[in-house]
Amino acid sequence: MILSFESSCDETSVAVIKNGNKILSNVVATQIKSHQRFGGVVPEVASRHHIEEITICINDALQRANVTYDDLTTVAVTYGPGLVGALLIGVTAAKVVAWAHNLPLIPINHIAGHIYATNFVKPITFPAMALVVSGGHTELVWMPKEGKFEIIGETRDDAAGEAFDKIGRVLGINYPAGPTVDAMAQKGKDTFAFPRAMEADDNYDFSFSGLKSAFINTVHHADQIGKTLNKNDLAASFEAAVVDVLAEKSQSALEKYPVKEFILAGGVAANQGIRERLASVASKENVEFVKAPLKLCGDNAAMIGAAAAAMQHHQEAGKASLNADPGLEFEWAPNEN
Amino acid sequence: MHVLAIDTSNQPLTVAVLDDERVLATTTMTTHRKHAEYLMPIVEKLVKYAKLTPQDLDRVVISNGPGSYTGIRIATTVGKVLADTLNIDLVGISSLMALVLNVQKEHQLVVPLFDGRNNNLFTGLYRTSQNGPEVVIEDQHINFDKWLQKLDEFNEPIIFAGSDVDHFVDRLKSHFGTNFKSLTGIDNLPQAAKIGVYGEKQDPVSNINNFNPNYLRLTKAQADWQKLNPGRENESYVEKN
Ligand SMILES: [Zn+2]
Repeated sequence: MILSFESSCDETSVAVIKNGNKILSNVVATQIKSHQRFGGVVPEVASRHHIEEITICINDALQRANVTYDDLTTVAVTYGPGLVGALLIGVTAAKVVAWAHNLPLIPINHIAGHIYATNFVKPITFPAMALVVSGGHTELVWMPKEGKFEIIGETRDDAAGEAFDKIGRVLGINYPAGPTVDAMAQKGKDTFAFPRAMEADDNYDFSFSGLKSAFINTVHHADQIGKTLNKNDLAASFEAAVVDVLAEKSQSALEKYPVKEFILAGGVAANQGIRERLASVASKENVEFVKAPLKLCGDNAAMIGAAAAAMQHHQEAGKASLNADPGLEFEWAPNEN
Repeated sequence: MHVLAIDTSNQPLTVAVLDDERVLATTTMTTHRKHAEYLMPIVEKLVKYAKLTPQDLDRVVISNGPGSYTGIRIATTVGKVLADTLNIDLVGISSLMALVLNVQKEHQLVVPLFDGRNNNLFTGLYRTSQNGPEVVIEDQHINFDKWLQKLDEFNEPIIFAGSDVDHFVDRLKSHFGTNFKSLTGIDNLPQAAKIGVYGEKQDPVSNINNFNPNYLRLTKAQADWQKLNPGRENESYVEKN
């Protein structure tokens, strides 16, 4: 039985996980409403909320799971990447609980957590490839075996979710804009033909800044000449361009790295357009496609518990000196490309 | 009563384990500011050296601000989570008052201070007594010159406490003349043993969930927002599933 903590951004979450794949509780205290006041996450405000919520979340998680500290065997925590002040609350709390109850502490990479959210669907079949898309990350992660992660491609500028938020602002949608833009996109058509940054085929990096600029220029130009553009079509055109880039890069990665399973995870993996398109890429490449469950796409501690259960035999237990590592990264793949 | 006392409000890190008023083990460091990394290993070691286990603790006493935002959050998180998870008492004391505990003399005015940058201070005014420091002016974040004006009504010697007094010493001396007194060396550092002894006699917090750092300052984002949205600061901004 694992008690897991997640506090890397604007969600304070504590979960109790049984056998690595059963969620007994997954308490998430979200600060979205707070940061909406400022148009985006303010790190110091995030840290202040985390400390306000931490013991409430721990107690709720134990109570909802109907377990006590005596039932626990392991404590797990996200130690990076993320906002350092935010990570520190979860890391410190987890260290204290582990020490107080003499339990091993498993430090977990937040991105690994997102990927292992699929363990609640089925265990990962290796070798596997994961596309992790969120407000802070857009990465293709190659996993030759359990506990081994190598980044083969990442964004050179904005993360996909960040791009959604930024163009959402231009459309007058409050942070976080992703879900609203996605809903609008379902009602519109790709009529604007925004650019897709594909670059060379043997490179799996993403770029969304050109697309973002094209979008903003289109809207501003229309404003200047007093023309009204169809917002649903704008959203659909933007989403189609993002989806094309994600699909194209994933497809060439799957061609280069033969895997048995292709995983879609991260907050933006809840996007309907992305889910549908990546499914077709996987079927074209003849790979099993596994999506993180919709409810577990956003940041949550259950996914951290799942990752800890899978990796506790591949990883050294954390020590009392465990520190938050805001820039924590997987290693880069040996330079095959 | 077995007490764990912690202060990580600023650069110094200080931890003590006590049995009633007897110090079992204590450490104070001033060389690093890696509290997130160093605090728990030191806590673990000191509890072990005191021949105790976490389960033997009866109370945790921490300084919960003001101070460095990260610093006060680390001690507060440890205090709050430890007290909650072990179901033991939690006592929070002012990080400024922690320095007043270093003044032996009774009935003495003391101004502990931390440099708040841009000519601002985190400070308060205390009077020592047999039962511990009494608050004369509440802890606050205030402009240095305004603070001097407030202190002008007290025409008696004042001891200025804290390592940051150095940053203001010339201006304080010229303003207060012979009424300016200061502490030396170790007395300018918070000492967890004294914090623990004081904290043993205080009432524990009644609701640990509501116990938080005393920042004494809003973030700039919050302050700007409140100006535009008066009266809305107490609404709830966190939603739990
Ligand atoms: Zn995330």
